[in-house]
Amino acid sequence: MKLLVPVSREKRTLLGVAFFVVFVALWGLITWSGAVPKHFLASPWQTVQSAWDLFATQGFTHDVGMTIWRVVGGFLLAAVIAVPLGIAMGTYKPIEAFFEPFVSFARYLPASAFIPLLILWVGIGEAQKLTVIFIGCFFQLTLMITMIVSATRRDLIEAAYTLGCQDTAAIRRVVLPGAAPEIAEALRQVLGLGWTYIIVAELIGASSGIGHMITDSQALMATDNIIAGIVIIGLVGLISDLAFKKVNQRLFAWSLQR
Amino acid sequence: MSRLSIRNVGKIFPSGRRGVPPTEALKPVSLEIGDNDFITVLGPSGCGKSTLLRLVAGLETPTSGDILLDGAPISGPGADRGVVFQSYTLFPWLTVRENICFGLREKNMSAAQQREISERFIAQVGLRGFENHYPKQLSGGMQQRVAIARALANDPKILLLDEPFGALDNQTRVLMQELLLGIWEQAQKTVMFITHDIDEAIFMASRVVVMSARPGRIKAELPVDFPHPRSYTVKTSPEFMALKARLTEEIRAEAMAADH
Ligand SMILES: Nc1ncnc2c1ncn2[C@@H]1O[C@H](COP(=O)(O)OP(=O)(O)OP(=O)(O)O)[C@@H](O)[C@H]1O
Ligand SMILES: [Mg+2]
Repeated sequence: MKLLVPVSREKRTLLGVAFFVVFVALWGLITWSGAVPKHFLASPWQTVQSAWDLFATQGFTHDVGMTIWRVVGGFLLAAVIAVPLGIAMGTYKPIEAFFEPFVSFARYLPASAFIPLLILWVGIGEAQKLTVIFIGCFFQLTLMITMIVSATRRDLIEAAYTLGCQDTAAIRRVVLPGAAPEIAEALRQVLGLGWTYIIVAELIGASSGIGHMITDSQALMATDNIIAGIVIIGLVGLISDLAFKKVNQRLFAWSLQR
Repeated sequence: MSRLSIRNVGKIFPSGRRGVPPTEALKPVSLEIGDNDFITVLGPSGCGKSTLLRLVAGLETPTSGDILLDGAPISGPGADRGVVFQSYTLFPWLTVRENICFGLREKNMSAAQQREISERFIAQVGLRGFENHYPKQLSGGMQQRVAIARALANDPKILLLDEPFGALDNQTRVLMQELLLGIWEQAQKTVMFITHDIDEAIFMASRVVVMSARPGRIKAELPVDFPHPRSYTVKTSPEFMALKARLTEEIRAEAMAADH
């Protein structure tokens, strides 16, 4: 192993899969050996069976669909406001000076702590779930985009000016394309963040969703269902992440070439 | 009438911190650049060469004095003054051709016309076959050639270059000087070229302007009368040597004054 030397694609995939195998093997070993009681931790096989059962007989597809829609919906709402706001804050320093302190403060407010308030304000319906995701994503995203846009190279803007651009053209033709790959990357990371908030939002006052299934299963001590739920969240998150990454690589090939 | 008139232009940078005195980068300087002149500005590091060029480009505003382009005062940057910077400033997300067409697109020129113009300049800077490459795929010398083509494609009234070849190795640098001089000999452009390399300054110039150590002012102006087209062989001629010796003296005195 040499420092910072990249590995080939195949090797990379192989190594990545290998750890999953090791992880599941250890998990299997712990449960099969009887070191941990079954109702504490379900075995991998049992988890797969309950996952199958959840989808086949308990309409779990609907739950997964609801959860995905809430995460994506809340995330998109956040993105639609955070992207233009972040760009405005990054390019125009007075706007940044106006919003930045508040946004920095709001970023540290834990989204899940708003749940009781939100139930009071908007009820236990979809609006509450979307708002939690929105709060969890919005401030973080705004700050990340502000930082990315602030880092736009001054010399490129100056070059654009000397080629005849005015301010708006410079934003459209230099700031945006220059920041786009990193903005896309920030969106990817923050979407991941959305997934960590949704379950908490669904634990309280939800009649559908993966989180709802998990609360129900807790009452029944069905650890296999709970683990199946967790694994499925992980898988959905992983898939959306990979898809996002692929799209970014496709769109911004120029930023990867060396 | 001069193409570019620099009249008593001075620049003082405020320090921005209390108790720290402002920096006087440029003492009021005056300089006339005629149509199709090739002026090189020579001076020790930190003497205000870049500041002077940025003032002409409109990227800085003078503390005192006026700058006139074709008799009209400049206010802010514009497409009538093409700039090639010392750092590589190609847009990384655009290909060579798209970079060259950047200013043309801003003028809403038709695609066919953009293509025709970019084709011409790609050929002129010797980058046929690299039209669709991204800047990262090019060497430093190639990137600066694209930057020159990008500035020229806009057909500016004056071309401003700030040590464009400063980061290149010696051989490449010499080839680039010949390339730029060749373009100038063909196209007839007004050029202001900043450098701290004496050979470079003499080889391309129709006039060398020497600046003093900071705060910069113009210390000497020397016409260079070698006939065109010039080839690199001129560098070994006795006249060239004599000019070089003289400029070396001037610069040396300044560099010592600047305490380097
Ligand atoms: N934006 C700025 N704010 C404050 N001081 C500045 C600024 N730009 C330049 N200066 C100062 O002005 C002086 C002249 O700088 P300038 O970049 O014009 O020198 P130069 O002749 O181009 O030097 P070099 O050959 O190293 O490029 C320097 O002392 C520099 O520190
Ligand atoms: Mg400089």
